[in-house]
Amino acid sequence: MRWHYKLPLRLRSLFRNPQAEQDLNDEFQFHLQQQTEEYVRQGIEPEEARFAALRLLGGVEQHKEQCREVRNVSVVENFLQDLHIGFRMLRRDPGFSVLAVLCLTLGIGANAAVFSWIEGLLLRPFPAVAHQERLMVVVGTNRLAGDKGTSGSNFTGVSWPDFVDLRRECTLIDAFIADKIMGTTLGIGDRAERVTGSTVSANYFDALGVHPRLGRGFEPAEESGRNAHPVTVISYWIWKNRFHGDPTIIGKTQVLNGVPHTIVGVAPEGFYGTFVGWPIQFWVPASMQEVFEPGGYKLEDRGAPWIEGFARLKPGVTTEQAQQEISAVAQRLEKDYQATNRGRGIKLLPLWKAPFNQASELLPMLEIALVVVFFVLLIACANVSSLLLVRSLRRRQEMTIRLAVGARRGRLLRQLLTEGMILSIFAVAGGLLVAYLCRNLLVVFFPSSGSLVANLKGEIDWRVLAFSALVCLISTLLFGMVPAIQASRVDLASALKTEPGAVFGGRGRSRVRSALVLVQISLSFVLLVGVVLLVQSLQRIRTANPGFSTENVLTTGVDLRAAGYDTQRAKNFQDQLLDRVQALAGVESAAFARVQPFSYAPFFSSPIAVDGYRPAPDEQPAAQYDEVSPGYFTTMGIPLLSGRDFNLSDNETAPLVAIVNEKMVTQYWHGEDPIGKRLQVKGQWTRVIGVAKLAKYNTFAEEPRAFFYVPLRQNFSIRASLNIRTSVDPGTMAAAMAHETHAIDENVSPFQVMTMRKYISFSALGSQQIGVAMLGVFGGLAMLLAAIGLYGVMSYTVSQSTKEFGLRMALGAAPSNLLWRVMSSGVALTAGGVLVGAVAAVGLTRLISHLLYHVSPHDPVAFGGAILVMAFTSWSACFLPAWRATRIDPVRALRE
Amino acid sequence: MGKPTDLVQGTLDLLILRILALQPMHGWGIAQRIRQISREVLQVNQGALYPALHRLEQQGWIRAKWGESENNRRAKFYSLTPDGTRYLRKQQAQWDRLSVAIDLVLNTT
Repeated sequence: MRWHYKLPLRLRSLFRNPQAEQDLNDEFQFHLQQQTEEYVRQGIEPEEARFAALRLLGGVEQHKEQCREVRNVSVVENFLQDLHIGFRMLRRDPGFSVLAVLCLTLGIGANAAVFSWIEGLLLRPFPAVAHQERLMVVVGTNRLAGDKGTSGSNFTGVSWPDFVDLRRECTLIDAFIADKIMGTTLGIGDRAERVTGSTVSANYFDALGVHPRLGRGFEPAEESGRNAHPVTVISYWIWKNRFHGDPTIIGKTQVLNGVPHTIVGVAPEGFYGTFVGWPIQFWVPASMQEVFEPGGYKLEDRGAPWIEGFARLKPGVTTEQAQQEISAVAQRLEKDYQATNRGRGIKLLPLWKAPFNQASELLPMLEIALVVVFFVLLIACANVSSLLLVRSLRRRQEMTIRLAVGARRGRLLRQLLTEGMILSIFAVAGGLLVAYLCRNLLVVFFPSSGSLVANLKGEIDWRVLAFSALVCLISTLLFGMVPAIQASRVDLASALKTEPGAVFGGRGRSRVRSALVLVQISLSFVLLVGVVLLVQSLQRIRTANPGFSTENVLTTGVDLRAAGYDTQRAKNFQDQLLDRVQALAGVESAAFARVQPFSYAPFFSSPIAVDGYRPAPDEQPAAQYDEVSPGYFTTMGIPLLSGRDFNLSDNETAPLVAIVNEKMVTQYWHGEDPIGKRLQVKGQWTRVIGVAKLAKYNTFAEEPRAFFYVPLRQNFSIRASLNIRTSVDPGTMAAAMAHETHAIDENVSPFQVMTMRKYISFSALGSQQIGVAMLGVFGGLAMLLAAIGLYGVMSYTVSQSTKEFGLRMALGAAPSNLLWRVMSSGVALTAGGVLVGAVAAVGLTRLISHLLYHVSPHDPVAFGGAILVMAFTSWSACFLPAWRATRIDPVRALRE
Repeated sequence: MGKPTDLVQGTLDLLILRILALQPMHGWGIAQRIRQISREVLQVNQGALYPALHRLEQQGWIRAKWGESENNRRAKFYSLTPDGTRYLRKQQAQWDRLSVAIDLVLNTT
């Protein structure tokens, strides 16, 4: 016996209560005995009396079954029976079953994959961390900020003194965790390698419930005292790859940013820190902040918000309660420390809204992906629905017989839905496999730069399983309902007659299938429009002018801080390097800048004041600025509209100077020439010596913003990027750079040399590229499914109308005539679908408008392009069935 | 005796409850009692009786208990629950109204 025959029998005995069965038996037995005695009393022979009693009672087994049905036992049994029949039906038609399961696997798999990304990146991003559900992000807010932060959001970090006060005063929070991503350079051979690290509060590992694999986490005392505790916990990856899994690593020293650190611990495998997107490779206590953070010692500075923090709420505490408590503390701080905290607040956010890591970039992508894969699922369901409808026609006889012998329609409906459920369950298994294989796929979509490897991993846990089960249930209802209702609505009388040859294009059952195809076409049209819009936008950005040259500019840098340089040595090094690089053949000019446009590292922002400009009562004028060396504007190709560039004499001893951009001129000097006028930067008066043309600073999409430049010499930063204007290729330049830096100092290696274009596409086009890739993949999938659907409907209709076509041919219809007849009906379906899709797309493309750069969400070119692609696809899908219609042999068709 | 009158749909429940209101009874006894009281007019289809009993039990209007029958056999005795008593009262009132109404219509002159 096969397992699917045996299983229901086994299960039946499991579900049937033996006691209840015995009782049922006894009850009927008693009845029969009573009745028999009654008959005997009336004078009938005992043997005869027993038969009479049985006759009077009627079919005992039927009555028992009715009693069981009343007690709901039979629901389980019926289900098992349905399951059993379902398996048999699916095995009988393997082609159908495989196709249906494949379609559903794609639909369910896409959904499970996207949800596993959402789970692994947004909802529960830190696999090794305990109680993530109570973990929240802590950010600062600033009501008075005139200038929004780098990411365009209103959030800032939190200052260390504020953090300490929060930690002391809040009673509803288990633990506050300070965390700030930073990096250092580990030199390997000729190329320096960036590794990401994190400056953390001492409770970091304990509070997260992460136990170091070797050694220990940090001790409370290690977070205080300026540069007093050079200790570090390194990641499992570094331990394995750089220290070759050395078991005696604890106590050894590693130079980080020029400071020897004692390795006190090794993090466990699978712990990548608490930053969505990049794995953290080492951790240092907050006391070492000055070594890794630009901007000096901040542990006693309430005005320096730098912490990207987390808070874990106590069990049972709601976000609102915790927020209230934190806000109360923030308000007190605002009152007590007017100078630094005016307008500042502190806010709790869910992990998936963290503004400082990749979550903020992924969230809109994944939201769109979720909508898109839902579309894919709908299309897949529509396909399976079509397949089921075709099969239900073939099963008409079976249904009719079952109805004729007294099956109830509800029972038939349940049977058909159970069959659908079997398909879905296989598809869910396949879908989860797809999701598992795709868990690392986002990394492929995500541009990584240099040697940093993005850490974007989907997570498959019970929530993903539950989600998939839900999707399975919904899709079963979606694709199973229509065919099931149709099938169970068999009209007994007409079904007993043989089905007459259908007339092509005749109305009837095919209407439902046509409607399903229409739905598929319109859904995939919407996706198609989205893809075309994003591709257009990406194209626009690629050719957009950011206001500086992307051609013939290379960018690289050296990390002198990591090499242990102090300010004076660094200045000498930078000067020497500039001289050497400018002397290289093919180099037109070269200049340092602290921050590159479009980079993750933020520009500093400073409150400013201008003579004669009166700010509104609650306005705090501020602008972002960059620190650059002489020649920066020539190198970057940013034109100076008036005044002069910085030169070597704008140094530490000279008067402070600045170059402002066009926007500043219109905003603060009302368009008058500001050369020679005064600008207050960080409390110091600075002379404006030039006006630079407007450029893009943080994103392509940004509005024109006030921005200014100051000489690097007057605002020195050890860490700066080097830009080189040259037509030499990056490879040649990399070798030359390595040679020149080593000539100055053996221990210093330059970063990867890349073209400005490549740099921009890494940092600015990331989300665009992911969007295009993701929509492209899913959109293509959707279109393929829709094409299969259209093909299926057309070829089925043609095969049903063989007789009609034969007749037409016999009467002299030309093949081209028949071809056109089939094609035109396919085209009509497509046109209808496109029309519905276009209406839907007009409403839906607004969802991606924030991703579009200089492309209207209703761009006619995008709609036109999508129509063309759709027309071509449907033409291809219809051609084969249409061609087949012309090959029908009229003689044979009519004889059948 | 002519053809036994078919019970109107739903009235079997009412009859069962009414009989059980007198005293707890087993299935066979209920059928006998209905026949006797109706002077052989109402013949309970014995097949329909047991599913009806099980349904009433599921609905909570009667409850079943195993006990000794008059001839010392193990038998399943059904008895009315307080819920069942209330339900019976309601149903009986409705029946009375209905039968009076039908009577009125049929005896119009």
